[in-house]
Amino acid sequence: MDDLYRDYILEHYRRPHNFGVLEHANASHEGANPLCGDRITLQLRLADGKIAAVGFTGRGCAISQASASLLTDEIKGKPVVDAAALTSQDVLDLLGIDISPARLKCALLSLETLQRALAEAGTGARMEAQV
Amino acid sequence: MTITARPDASGNPPGTGAPEGGSPAGPAATADPRIRDGCLVPEVIRAEFPILATATSTGKPLVYLDSASTSQKPQAVIDALDTYYREYNANVHRGIYEIGERSTAAYEAARVKVARFINAPDAHEIVFTRNATEAINLVAYAWGRQSIGRGDVIVLTEMEHHANLVPWQLLVQERDGDLEFIPITDDGILRLDVFEVLLRLRPKLVAFTHVSNTLGTINPVAEMTRMAHEAGALVLIDGAQAVPHVPVDVGAIDADFYVFSGHKMLAPTGSGALWARRELLESMPPFLAGGEMIREVHLRRSEWNEIPWKFEAGTPDIAAEIGLGAAADYLRTLGMGRVRDHERELLEYALPALAAAHPDLALYGPMDPAIRGGVVPFNVPGVHPHDVAQVLDRSGVAVRAGHHCTMPLHERLDLPATARASFNVYTTRTDIDALIAGIAEVKRVFGV
Repeated sequence: MDDLYRDYILEHYRRPHNFGVLEHANASHEGANPLCGDRITLQLRLADGKIAAVGFTGRGCAISQASASLLTDEIKGKPVVDAAALTSQDVLDLLGIDISPARLKCALLSLETLQRALAEAGTGARMEAQV
Repeated sequence: MTITARPDASGNPPGTGAPEGGSPAGPAATADPRIRDGCLVPEVIRAEFPILATATSTGKPLVYLDSASTSQKPQAVIDALDTYYREYNANVHRGIYEIGERSTAAYEAARVKVARFINAPDAHEIVFTRNATEAINLVAYAWGRQSIGRGDVIVLTEMEHHANLVPWQLLVQERDGDLEFIPITDDGILRLDVFEVLLRLRPKLVAFTHVSNTLGTINPVAEMTRMAHEAGALVLIDGAQAVPHVPVDVGAIDADFYVFSGHKMLAPTGSGALWARRELLESMPPFLAGGEMIREVHLRRSEWNEIPWKFEAGTPDIAAEIGLGAAADYLRTLGMGRVRDHERELLEYALPALAAAHPDLALYGPMDPAIRGGVVPFNVPGVHPHDVAQVLDRSGVAVRAGHHCTMPLHERLDLPATARASFNVYTTRTDIDALIAGIAEVKRVFGV
Protein backbone atom coordinates (compact mmCIF):
# COMPACT_ATOMS: atom_id res chain seq x y z
CA MET A 1 0.00 0.00 0.00
CA ASP A 2 2.50 2.56 1.11
CA ASP A 3 4.85 2.28 -1.85
CA LEU A 4 3.27 5.57 -2.96
CA TYR A 5 2.64 7.32 0.34
CA ARG A 6 5.97 6.54 1.95
CA ASP A 7 6.85 8.27 5.18
CA TYR A 8 9.21 10.77 3.59
CA ILE A 9 6.62 11.70 0.94
CA LEU A 10 4.03 12.34 3.64
CA GLU A 11 6.65 14.20 5.68
CA HIS A 12 7.37 16.53 2.73
CA TYR A 13 3.62 16.96 2.23
CA ARG A 14 2.94 17.85 5.86
CA ARG A 15 6.03 20.00 6.36
CA PRO A 16 7.19 21.06 2.91
CA HIS A 17 10.70 22.48 2.65
CA ASN A 18 11.18 25.96 1.20
CA PHE A 19 7.47 26.69 1.66
CA GLY A 20 6.62 30.36 1.85
CA VAL A 21 6.80 33.65 0.02
CA LEU A 22 10.33 34.58 -1.05
CA GLU A 23 11.50 38.17 -0.57
CA HIS A 24 13.24 39.85 -3.52
CA ALA A 25 12.47 37.14 -6.02
CA ASN A 26 13.47 37.92 -9.61
CA ALA A 27 11.85 34.95 -11.33
CA SER A 28 8.52 33.29 -10.63
CA HIS A 29 5.67 31.36 -12.15
CA GLU A 30 2.27 30.09 -11.05
CA GLY A 31 1.60 26.58 -12.34
CA ALA A 32 -1.71 24.79 -12.13
CA ASN A 33 -3.00 21.35 -12.89
CA PRO A 34 -6.57 22.12 -13.95
CA LEU A 35 -7.57 18.48 -13.74
CA CYS A 36 -7.25 18.21 -10.00
CA GLY A 37 -6.79 21.77 -8.83
CA ASP A 38 -3.13 21.45 -7.81
CA ARG A 39 -1.55 24.87 -7.74
CA ILE A 40 2.07 25.94 -7.16
CA THR A 41 3.66 29.38 -7.19
CA LEU A 42 7.42 29.04 -7.46
CA GLN A 43 9.70 31.99 -6.74
CA LEU A 44 13.42 32.19 -7.42
CA ARG A 45 16.16 34.63 -6.61
CA LEU A 46 18.80 34.29 -9.30
CA ALA A 47 22.27 35.74 -8.72
CA ASP A 48 25.62 35.12 -10.42
CA GLY A 49 24.18 32.34 -12.57
CA LYS A 50 22.98 30.47 -9.50
CA ILE A 51 19.70 29.88 -7.75
CA ALA A 52 20.50 31.84 -4.62
CA ALA A 53 17.13 31.25 -2.99
CA VAL A 54 13.87 29.48 -3.73
CA GLY A 55 10.41 29.38 -2.24
CA PHE A 56 7.02 28.03 -3.15
CA THR A 57 3.43 28.33 -2.07
CA GLY A 58 0.36 26.46 -3.18
CA ARG A 59 -2.03 23.70 -2.41
CA GLY A 60 -2.66 20.33 -3.92
CA CYS A 61 -2.25 16.62 -3.48
CA ALA A 62 0.54 14.97 -1.52
CA ILE A 63 2.41 14.05 -4.69
CA SER A 64 2.44 17.56 -6.15
CA GLN A 65 3.42 19.20 -2.87
CA ALA A 66 6.10 16.63 -1.97
CA SER A 67 7.50 16.95 -5.47
CA ALA A 68 7.78 20.74 -5.07
CA SER A 69 9.42 20.33 -1.68
CA LEU A 70 11.99 17.84 -3.01
CA LEU A 71 12.67 19.79 -6.19
CA THR A 72 13.24 23.09 -4.42
CA ASP A 73 15.70 21.34 -2.09
CA GLU A 74 17.47 19.96 -5.14
CA ILE A 75 17.91 23.25 -7.01
CA LYS A 76 18.79 25.49 -4.09
CA GLY A 77 22.30 26.91 -4.63
CA LYS A 78 22.71 25.14 -7.96
CA PRO A 79 23.84 26.80 -11.19
CA VAL A 80 20.82 27.90 -13.23
CA VAL A 81 21.99 25.81 -16.19
CA ASP A 82 21.93 22.67 -14.05
CA ALA A 83 18.44 23.42 -12.74
CA ALA A 84 17.27 24.12 -16.27
CA ALA A 85 18.66 20.80 -17.43
CA LEU A 86 16.61 18.73 -14.94
CA THR A 87 14.40 16.20 -16.67
CA SER A 88 11.12 14.56 -15.80
CA GLN A 89 13.03 11.41 -14.92
CA ASP A 90 15.23 13.38 -12.50
CA VAL A 91 12.12 14.51 -10.62
CA LEU A 92 10.63 11.01 -10.61
CA ASP A 93 13.96 9.76 -9.22
CA LEU A 94 13.82 12.43 -6.50
CA LEU A 95 10.34 11.22 -5.55
CA GLY A 96 11.56 7.62 -5.61
CA ILE A 97 8.07 6.14 -5.90
CA ASP A 98 6.11 4.53 -8.70
CA ILE A 99 3.87 7.16 -10.25
CA SER A 100 0.88 5.93 -12.23
CA PRO A 101 0.15 7.70 -15.53
CA ALA A 102 -2.88 9.40 -13.96
CA ARG A 103 -0.65 11.08 -11.36
CA LEU A 104 2.26 12.11 -13.61
CA LYS A 105 0.86 15.61 -14.00
CA CYS A 106 0.81 15.96 -10.20
CA ALA A 107 4.38 14.71 -9.89
CA LEU A 108 5.76 16.96 -12.64
CA LEU A 109 3.85 20.17 -11.92
CA SER A 110 6.78 21.54 -9.90
CA LEU A 111 9.28 20.88 -12.70
CA GLU A 112 7.00 22.40 -15.31
CA THR A 113 6.56 25.46 -13.10
CA LEU A 114 10.33 25.74 -12.58
CA GLN A 115 11.00 25.52 -16.30
CA ARG A 116 8.42 28.19 -17.05
CA ALA A 117 9.80 30.47 -14.35
CA LEU A 118 13.32 30.11 -15.78
CA ALA A 119 12.10 30.54 -19.36
CA GLU A 120 10.20 33.70 -18.45
CA ALA A 121 13.31 35.00 -16.72
CA GLY A 122 15.13 34.56 -20.02
CA THR A 123 17.51 31.84 -19.02
CA GLY A 124 16.81 29.74 -22.10
CA ALA A 125 15.53 26.75 -20.16
CA ARG A 126 13.93 24.02 -22.19
CA MET A 127 10.29 23.15 -21.78
CA GLU A 128 10.72 19.56 -20.98
CA ALA A 129 8.12 18.52 -18.47
CA GLN A 130 5.41 17.85 -21.00
CA VAL A 131 3.32 14.88 -20.01
CA MET B 1 -39.62 7.53 -43.96
CA THR B 2 -41.54 6.36 -40.94
CA ILE B 3 -40.44 4.76 -37.74
CA THR B 4 -41.86 1.37 -37.07
CA ALA B 5 -41.19 -0.65 -33.99
CA ARG B 6 -41.33 -4.38 -34.04
CA PRO B 7 -44.13 -5.85 -31.97
CA ASP B 8 -43.43 -6.06 -28.31
CA ALA B 9 -43.58 -9.84 -28.15
CA SER B 10 -39.78 -10.10 -28.45
CA GLY B 11 -39.12 -8.43 -25.15
CA ASN B 12 -41.34 -5.58 -24.16
CA PRO B 13 -41.09 -5.25 -20.42
CA PRO B 14 -44.09 -4.91 -18.17
CA GLY B 15 -45.13 -1.44 -17.11
CA THR B 16 -43.38 0.14 -14.19
CA GLY B 17 -46.66 0.40 -12.36
CA ALA B 18 -46.84 -3.32 -11.77
CA PRO B 19 -46.06 -4.21 -8.15
CA GLU B 20 -43.97 -7.18 -9.28
CA GLY B 21 -41.81 -6.98 -12.35
CA GLY B 22 -42.42 -9.90 -14.67
CA SER B 23 -39.70 -11.76 -16.48
CA PRO B 24 -38.82 -10.14 -19.78
CA ALA B 25 -38.01 -13.54 -21.19
CA GLY B 26 -41.41 -14.79 -22.19
CA PRO B 27 -45.03 -15.41 -21.48
CA ALA B 28 -44.34 -17.56 -18.43
CA ALA B 29 -44.49 -14.65 -16.00
CA THR B 30 -42.36 -15.96 -13.19
CA ALA B 31 -41.46 -13.57 -10.39
CA ASP B 32 -38.43 -11.43 -11.19
CA PRO B 33 -35.78 -12.27 -8.58
CA ARG B 34 -34.35 -8.75 -8.96
CA ILE B 35 -37.43 -7.30 -7.30
CA ARG B 36 -38.60 -8.26 -3.82
CA ASP B 37 -41.52 -6.61 -1.98
CA GLY B 38 -41.52 -3.87 -4.61
CA CYS B 39 -37.85 -3.06 -3.99
CA LEU B 40 -34.77 -3.72 -6.08
CA VAL B 41 -32.44 -6.46 -4.86
CA PRO B 42 -29.05 -5.07 -5.85
CA GLU B 43 -27.23 -8.26 -4.84
CA VAL B 44 -29.17 -10.10 -7.57
CA ILE B 45 -28.89 -7.25 -10.07
CA ARG B 46 -25.09 -7.17 -9.61
CA ALA B 47 -24.82 -10.66 -11.04
CA GLU B 48 -26.03 -9.28 -14.39
CA PHE B 49 -23.03 -6.92 -14.60
CA PRO B 50 -19.99 -9.06 -15.49
CA ILE B 51 -17.44 -6.40 -14.53
CA LEU B 52 -18.67 -6.34 -10.93
CA ALA B 53 -17.55 -9.94 -10.52
CA THR B 54 -13.95 -9.02 -11.36
CA ALA B 55 -11.23 -8.23 -8.87
CA THR B 56 -8.79 -5.34 -8.96
CA SER B 57 -5.05 -5.96 -9.30
CA THR B 58 -4.69 -5.94 -5.52
CA GLY B 59 -7.10 -8.89 -5.37
CA LYS B 60 -9.87 -6.84 -3.77
CA PRO B 61 -13.33 -7.01 -5.35
CA LEU B 62 -14.23 -3.98 -7.43
CA VAL B 63 -16.36 -1.52 -5.47
CA TYR B 64 -17.54 0.77 -8.23
CA LEU B 65 -18.77 4.09 -6.87
CA ASP B 66 -18.24 6.26 -9.94
CA SER B 67 -21.48 5.68 -11.80
CA ALA B 68 -22.14 9.42 -12.19
CA SER B 69 -19.08 9.42 -14.42
CA THR B 70 -20.13 6.37 -16.39
CA SER B 71 -22.23 3.36 -15.46
CA GLN B 72 -21.37 -0.29 -15.81
CA LYS B 73 -23.19 -2.36 -18.43
CA PRO B 74 -25.50 -5.35 -17.88
CA GLN B 75 -25.15 -8.54 -19.89
CA ALA B 76 -28.35 -7.63 -21.81
CA VAL B 77 -26.64 -4.53 -23.23
CA ILE B 78 -23.39 -6.34 -23.95
CA ASP B 79 -25.42 -9.04 -25.73
CA ALA B 80 -27.20 -6.42 -27.86
CA LEU B 81 -23.82 -5.15 -29.11
CA ASP B 82 -22.48 -8.65 -29.60
CA THR B 83 -25.53 -9.85 -31.52
CA TYR B 84 -25.49 -6.81 -33.78
CA TYR B 85 -21.85 -7.32 -34.76
CA ARG B 86 -22.11 -11.09 -35.05
CA GLU B 87 -25.44 -11.39 -36.82
CA TYR B 88 -26.58 -8.26 -38.64
CA ASN B 89 -23.84 -5.63 -38.85
CA ALA B 90 -24.91 -3.45 -41.80
CA ASN B 91 -25.47 0.22 -42.40
CA VAL B 92 -28.89 1.67 -41.67
CA HIS B 93 -31.39 3.14 -44.15
CA ARG B 94 -29.38 1.90 -47.14
CA GLY B 95 -29.09 -1.82 -47.63
CA ILE B 96 -31.73 -3.56 -49.75
CA TYR B 97 -30.78 -6.86 -48.23
CA GLU B 98 -31.76 -8.85 -45.21
CA ILE B 99 -29.20 -7.79 -42.60
CA GLY B 100 -29.45 -4.15 -43.75
CA GLU B 101 -33.17 -4.23 -43.19
CA ARG B 102 -32.65 -5.90 -39.85
CA SER B 103 -30.14 -3.28 -38.66
CA THR B 104 -32.44 -0.46 -39.78
CA ALA B 105 -35.37 -2.03 -37.95
CA ALA B 106 -33.33 -2.52 -34.77
CA TYR B 107 -31.94 1.03 -34.90
CA GLU B 108 -35.40 2.53 -35.33
CA ALA B 109 -36.86 0.19 -32.71
CA ALA B 110 -34.25 1.57 -30.30
CA ARG B 111 -35.55 5.06 -31.05
CA VAL B 112 -39.09 3.96 -30.15
CA LYS B 113 -37.82 2.37 -26.92
CA VAL B 114 -36.00 5.55 -25.96
CA ALA B 115 -39.06 7.67 -26.75
CA ARG B 116 -41.24 5.43 -24.64
CA PHE B 117 -38.68 5.44 -21.82
CA ILE B 118 -38.89 9.22 -21.36
CA ASN B 119 -42.55 9.33 -22.43
CA ALA B 120 -41.89 11.37 -25.56
CA PRO B 121 -45.13 11.60 -27.52
CA ASP B 122 -43.49 10.92 -30.90
CA ALA B 123 -40.37 8.87 -31.68
CA HIS B 124 -39.59 11.29 -34.54
CA GLU B 125 -38.72 13.80 -31.82
CA ILE B 126 -35.77 11.65 -30.67
CA VAL B 127 -32.47 12.55 -32.36
CA PHE B 128 -29.68 10.11 -31.62
CA THR B 129 -26.43 11.79 -30.58
CA ARG B 130 -23.10 10.59 -29.20
CA ASN B 131 -23.92 11.91 -25.72
CA ALA B 132 -25.57 14.80 -23.89
CA THR B 133 -22.67 17.10 -24.76
CA GLU B 134 -23.24 16.60 -28.48
CA ALA B 135 -26.98 17.10 -28.05
CA ILE B 136 -26.46 20.45 -26.30
CA ASN B 137 -23.97 21.53 -28.96
CA LEU B 138 -26.54 20.57 -31.60
CA VAL B 139 -29.13 22.89 -30.02
CA ALA B 140 -26.62 25.69 -29.41
CA TYR B 141 -25.52 25.54 -33.04
CA ALA B 142 -28.73 24.83 -34.94
CA TRP B 143 -31.32 26.57 -32.76
CA GLY B 144 -28.99 29.07 -31.10
CA ARG B 145 -27.44 30.60 -34.19
CA GLN B 146 -30.79 31.44 -35.72
CA SER B 147 -32.47 32.49 -32.48
CA ILE B 148 -29.91 34.37 -30.40
CA GLY B 149 -28.94 37.88 -31.45
CA ARG B 150 -27.27 40.94 -29.98
CA GLY B 151 -28.24 41.49 -26.36
CA ASP B 152 -30.34 38.32 -26.11
CA VAL B 153 -30.11 36.63 -22.72
CA ILE B 154 -29.64 32.94 -21.90
CA VAL B 155 -30.15 31.96 -18.26
CA LEU B 156 -28.08 29.07 -16.87
CA THR B 157 -27.27 28.03 -13.28
CA GLU B 158 -24.16 28.01 -11.13
CA MET B 159 -24.31 24.20 -10.88
CA GLU B 160 -24.06 23.35 -14.59
CA HIS B 161 -21.69 20.74 -15.96
CA HIS B 162 -19.27 22.35 -18.40
CA ALA B 163 -21.28 20.65 -21.18
CA ASN B 164 -24.23 22.93 -20.42
CA LEU B 165 -22.08 26.03 -20.03
CA VAL B 166 -19.29 26.19 -22.61
CA PRO B 167 -21.51 25.71 -25.72
CA TRP B 168 -23.57 28.73 -24.55
CA GLN B 169 -20.41 30.75 -23.90
CA LEU B 170 -19.35 30.12 -27.50
CA LEU B 171 -22.81 31.01 -28.78
CA VAL B 172 -23.13 34.34 -26.95
CA GLN B 173 -19.57 35.28 -27.91
CA GLU B 174 -20.44 34.73 -31.56
CA ARG B 175 -23.90 36.32 -31.42
CA ASP B 176 -23.11 39.08 -28.93
CA GLY B 177 -25.63 37.78 -26.42
CA ASP B 178 -25.45 37.58 -22.63
CA LEU B 179 -25.41 34.84 -20.01
CA GLU B 180 -27.03 35.11 -16.59
CA PHE B 181 -26.85 32.55 -13.80
CA ILE B 182 -29.28 31.32 -11.18
CA PRO B 183 -27.22 31.21 -7.98
CA ILE B 184 -27.30 28.37 -5.45
CA THR B 185 -27.57 28.30 -1.68
CA ASP B 186 -24.59 26.98 0.30
CA ASP B 187 -26.15 23.52 0.40
CA GLY B 188 -26.60 23.47 -3.35
CA ILE B 189 -30.23 24.41 -3.96
CA LEU B 190 -31.20 26.77 -6.79
CA ARG B 191 -32.43 30.21 -5.71
CA LEU B 192 -35.79 30.34 -7.48
CA ASP B 193 -36.43 33.80 -6.02
CA VAL B 194 -33.45 35.08 -8.01
CA PHE B 195 -34.58 33.06 -11.04
CA GLU B 196 -37.85 34.98 -10.94
CA VAL B 197 -35.92 38.26 -11.06
CA LEU B 198 -33.70 37.03 -13.93
CA LEU B 199 -36.81 36.14 -15.93
CA ARG B 200 -37.67 39.83 -16.05
CA LEU B 201 -34.77 40.13 -18.49
CA ARG B 202 -37.00 38.19 -20.91
CA PRO B 203 -34.39 35.52 -21.72
CA LYS B 204 -34.69 33.60 -24.99
CA LEU B 205 -33.60 30.36 -23.35
CA VAL B 206 -33.26 28.91 -19.88
CA ALA B 207 -30.96 25.86 -19.67
CA PHE B 208 -30.42 23.88 -16.48
CA THR B 209 -29.54 20.47 -15.20
CA HIS B 210 -32.26 18.13 -13.95
CA VAL B 211 -29.95 16.51 -11.38
CA SER B 212 -26.59 18.01 -10.37
CA ASN B 213 -23.69 15.70 -11.25
CA THR B 214 -21.64 17.08 -8.36
CA LEU B 215 -24.10 17.69 -5.52
CA GLY B 216 -26.94 15.38 -6.50
CA THR B 217 -29.54 18.15 -6.19
CA ILE B 218 -32.78 17.23 -7.97
CA ASN B 219 -34.08 20.49 -9.37
CA PRO B 220 -37.81 21.29 -9.59
CA VAL B 221 -37.71 21.10 -13.38
CA ALA B 222 -41.46 21.23 -14.07
CA GLU B 223 -41.90 24.32 -11.92
CA MET B 224 -38.85 26.00 -13.46
CA THR B 225 -40.10 25.17 -16.94
CA ARG B 226 -43.49 26.69 -16.19
CA MET B 227 -41.83 29.85 -14.83
CA ALA B 228 -39.59 30.14 -17.91
CA HIS B 229 -42.48 29.60 -20.32
CA GLU B 230 -44.56 32.25 -18.59
CA ALA B 231 -41.69 34.65 -19.26
CA GLY B 232 -41.61 33.62 -22.91
CA ALA B 233 -38.35 31.62 -22.77
CA LEU B 234 -37.66 28.20 -24.22
CA VAL B 235 -36.26 25.55 -21.87
CA LEU B 236 -33.42 23.06 -22.31
CA ILE B 237 -32.89 20.47 -19.60
CA ASP B 238 -29.67 18.49 -19.18
CA GLY B 239 -30.96 15.10 -18.09
CA ALA B 240 -27.62 13.24 -18.13
CA GLN B 241 -27.83 12.54 -14.37
CA ALA B 242 -31.61 12.20 -14.25
CA VAL B 243 -32.65 9.72 -16.95
CA PRO B 244 -30.60 6.89 -15.37
CA HIS B 245 -31.89 7.53 -11.85
CA VAL B 246 -35.38 9.05 -11.65
CA PRO B 247 -38.58 8.59 -13.68
CA VAL B 248 -38.46 11.17 -16.48
CA ASP B 249 -41.60 12.20 -18.34
CA VAL B 250 -40.72 14.87 -20.89
CA GLY B 251 -44.40 15.37 -21.66
CA ALA B 252 -45.19 16.19 -18.04
CA ILE B 253 -42.11 18.39 -17.56
CA ASP B 254 -43.18 20.23 -20.71
CA ALA B 255 -39.68 21.48 -21.61
CA ASP B 256 -38.63 22.26 -25.19
CA PHE B 257 -35.32 20.38 -25.33
CA TYR B 258 -34.25 17.47 -23.12
CA VAL B 259 -30.86 15.79 -23.55
CA PHE B 260 -29.11 12.79 -22.03
CA SER B 261 -26.22 10.35 -22.48
CA GLY B 262 -26.56 6.61 -22.88
CA HIS B 263 -23.34 5.64 -21.15
CA LYS B 264 -24.54 6.84 -17.74
CA MET B 265 -27.74 4.77 -18.04
CA LEU B 266 -26.18 1.32 -18.53
CA ALA B 267 -25.86 1.80 -22.32
CA PRO B 268 -22.67 1.86 -24.42
CA THR B 269 -20.48 4.92 -24.78
CA GLY B 270 -21.27 6.79 -27.98
CA SER B 271 -25.03 6.65 -27.46
CA GLY B 272 -27.31 9.46 -26.38
CA ALA B 273 -30.29 11.50 -27.42
CA LEU B 274 -31.86 14.88 -27.88
CA TRP B 275 -35.60 15.12 -27.45
CA ALA B 276 -37.18 18.30 -28.78
CA ARG B 277 -40.62 19.40 -29.86
CA ARG B 278 -41.35 18.46 -33.45
CA GLU B 279 -42.00 22.05 -34.57
CA LEU B 280 -38.68 23.18 -33.09
CA LEU B 281 -36.73 20.40 -34.79
CA GLU B 282 -38.48 21.18 -38.07
CA SER B 283 -37.65 24.88 -37.81
CA MET B 284 -33.97 24.27 -37.07
CA PRO B 285 -31.31 24.07 -39.79
CA PRO B 286 -29.06 20.98 -39.80
CA PHE B 287 -26.13 20.65 -37.39
CA LEU B 288 -23.70 18.31 -39.13
CA ALA B 289 -23.95 17.89 -42.87
CA GLY B 290 -23.27 14.90 -45.07
CA GLY B 291 -24.95 11.63 -45.92
CA GLU B 292 -28.20 10.46 -44.35
CA MET B 293 -29.35 13.97 -43.41
CA ILE B 294 -30.34 14.87 -46.97
CA ARG B 295 -33.31 14.15 -49.21
CA GLU B 296 -31.84 15.44 -52.45
CA VAL B 297 -28.35 16.63 -53.24
CA HIS B 298 -27.42 18.67 -56.27
CA LEU B 299 -24.04 20.16 -56.92
CA ARG B 300 -25.01 23.59 -55.59
CA ARG B 301 -27.92 22.92 -53.24
CA SER B 302 -29.53 20.18 -51.19
CA GLU B 303 -32.82 19.45 -49.49
CA TRP B 304 -32.92 18.12 -45.98
CA ASN B 305 -34.28 14.83 -44.84
CA GLU B 306 -37.23 14.69 -42.44
CA ILE B 307 -36.68 14.81 -38.70
CA PRO B 308 -34.98 13.18 -36.91
CA TRP B 309 -32.67 12.01 -39.70
CA LYS B 310 -31.99 15.63 -40.72
CA PHE B 311 -29.81 15.76 -37.60
CA GLU B 312 -28.07 12.41 -38.00
CA ALA B 313 -25.44 12.99 -40.67
CA GLY B 314 -23.10 10.15 -41.50
CA THR B 315 -23.22 6.58 -40.32
CA PRO B 316 -24.31 6.71 -36.67
CA ASP B 317 -23.04 4.50 -33.86
CA ILE B 318 -25.64 1.90 -34.77
CA ALA B 319 -24.61 -0.73 -32.24
CA ALA B 320 -24.44 1.80 -29.40
CA GLU B 321 -27.91 3.18 -30.08
CA ILE B 322 -29.31 -0.36 -30.30
CA GLY B 323 -27.57 -0.92 -26.95
CA LEU B 324 -29.28 2.22 -25.64
CA GLY B 325 -32.61 0.70 -26.56
CA ALA B 326 -31.65 -2.47 -24.69
CA ALA B 327 -30.63 -0.39 -21.65
CA ALA B 328 -33.95 1.46 -21.72
CA ASP B 329 -35.76 -1.89 -21.78
CA TYR B 330 -33.60 -3.16 -18.92
CA LEU B 331 -34.38 -0.14 -16.75
CA ARG B 332 -38.08 -0.27 -17.65
CA THR B 333 -38.19 -3.85 -16.39
CA LEU B 334 -36.67 -2.77 -13.11
CA GLY B 335 -39.01 0.21 -12.98
CA MET B 336 -37.62 3.71 -12.68
CA GLY B 337 -39.69 4.40 -9.58
CA ARG B 338 -37.97 1.45 -7.91
CA VAL B 339 -34.58 2.61 -9.18
CA ARG B 340 -35.18 6.01 -7.59
CA ASP B 341 -36.38 4.42 -4.32
CA HIS B 342 -33.31 2.17 -4.23
CA GLU B 343 -30.87 5.05 -4.64
CA ARG B 344 -32.75 7.19 -2.16
CA GLU B 345 -32.57 4.41 0.42
CA LEU B 346 -28.83 4.07 -0.19
CA LEU B 347 -28.46 7.81 0.35
CA GLU B 348 -30.52 7.62 3.54
CA TYR B 349 -28.12 4.91 4.68
CA ALA B 350 -24.89 6.48 3.42
CA LEU B 351 -25.15 10.06 4.67
CA PRO B 352 -25.68 9.28 8.38
CA ALA B 353 -23.33 6.28 8.26
CA LEU B 354 -20.50 8.34 6.77
CA ALA B 355 -21.09 11.14 9.27
CA ALA B 356 -21.21 8.72 12.19
CA ALA B 357 -18.05 6.83 11.22
CA HIS B 358 -16.15 9.98 10.25
CA PRO B 359 -17.51 13.02 12.09
CA ASP B 360 -14.73 15.16 10.60
CA LEU B 361 -15.76 14.33 7.02
CA ALA B 362 -16.96 17.33 4.99
CA LEU B 363 -20.17 16.43 3.12
CA TYR B 364 -21.67 18.73 0.49
CA GLY B 365 -25.04 19.07 -1.18
CA PRO B 366 -28.61 19.04 0.11
CA MET B 367 -28.98 16.82 3.18
CA ASP B 368 -32.63 16.07 2.36
CA PRO B 369 -32.67 12.79 0.35
CA ALA B 370 -36.08 13.76 -1.07
CA ILE B 371 -34.40 16.32 -3.33
CA ARG B 372 -31.16 14.49 -3.93
CA GLY B 373 -29.94 11.73 -6.22
CA GLY B 374 -27.31 9.13 -5.33
CA VAL B 375 -24.31 11.43 -5.45
CA VAL B 376 -22.09 11.98 -2.38
CA PRO B 377 -19.33 14.58 -2.70
CA PHE B 378 -16.98 14.74 0.28
CA ASN B 379 -13.58 15.79 1.56
CA VAL B 380 -11.34 14.27 4.20
CA PRO B 381 -9.86 17.25 6.06
CA GLY B 382 -6.13 17.53 5.49
CA VAL B 383 -6.07 15.13 2.55
CA HIS B 384 -6.39 16.18 -1.08
CA PRO B 385 -9.23 14.37 -2.90
CA HIS B 386 -6.76 12.86 -5.37
CA ASP B 387 -4.92 11.22 -2.51
CA VAL B 388 -8.22 10.09 -1.04
CA ALA B 389 -9.14 8.44 -4.34
CA GLN B 390 -5.68 6.91 -4.70
CA VAL B 391 -5.76 5.26 -1.28
CA LEU B 392 -9.39 4.15 -1.80
CA ASP B 393 -8.28 2.55 -5.07
CA ARG B 394 -5.90 0.30 -3.13
CA SER B 395 -9.01 -1.00 -1.33
CA GLY B 396 -10.70 -1.62 -4.66
CA VAL B 397 -13.00 1.37 -4.16
CA ALA B 398 -13.38 3.52 -7.29
CA VAL B 399 -14.50 7.12 -6.71
CA ARG B 400 -14.04 10.28 -8.74
CA ALA B 401 -11.72 13.04 -7.53
CA GLY B 402 -11.38 16.49 -9.00
CA HIS B 403 -13.85 19.14 -10.08
CA HIS B 404 -16.22 16.77 -11.95
CA CYS B 405 -16.50 19.21 -14.87
CA THR B 406 -18.11 21.82 -12.61
CA MET B 407 -15.29 24.28 -11.97
CA PRO B 408 -17.61 27.30 -11.44
CA LEU B 409 -19.61 25.34 -8.85
CA HIS B 410 -16.42 24.41 -6.98
CA GLU B 411 -15.35 28.06 -7.14
CA ARG B 412 -18.73 29.10 -5.75
CA LEU B 413 -18.31 26.65 -2.85
CA ASP B 414 -14.66 27.70 -2.46
CA LEU B 415 -13.39 24.15 -2.95
CA PRO B 416 -10.40 23.32 -5.16
CA ALA B 417 -11.74 19.81 -5.62
CA THR B 418 -13.88 17.10 -4.05
CA ALA B 419 -14.03 13.33 -3.96
CA ARG B 420 -17.35 11.92 -5.13
CA ALA B 421 -19.08 8.58 -4.61
CA SER B 422 -22.12 7.89 -6.79
CA PHE B 423 -24.65 5.07 -7.02
CA ASN B 424 -26.56 3.04 -9.55
CA VAL B 425 -28.93 0.05 -9.59
CA TYR B 426 -26.13 -2.35 -8.68
CA THR B 427 -24.83 -0.37 -5.70
CA THR B 428 -25.24 -2.07 -2.30
CA ARG B 429 -24.86 -1.09 1.33
CA THR B 430 -21.78 -3.31 1.31
CA ASP B 431 -20.25 -0.90 -1.23
CA ILE B 432 -20.91 2.00 1.11
CA ASP B 433 -19.44 0.07 4.04
CA ALA B 434 -16.32 -0.51 1.91
CA LEU B 435 -16.13 3.25 1.28
CA ILE B 436 -16.41 3.96 4.99
CA ALA B 437 -13.64 1.45 5.77
CA GLY B 438 -11.56 2.87 2.92
CA ILE B 439 -11.83 6.37 4.34
CA ALA B 440 -10.55 5.03 7.67
CA GLU B 441 -7.53 3.69 5.78
CA VAL B 442 -7.01 7.10 4.13
CA LYS B 443 -6.96 8.71 7.56
CA ARG B 444 -4.54 6.07 8.86
CA VAL B 445 -2.09 6.58 5.97
CA PHE B 446 -2.19 10.35 6.29
CA GLY B 447 -2.30 10.39 10.07
CA VAL B 448 -5.33 12.66 10.24
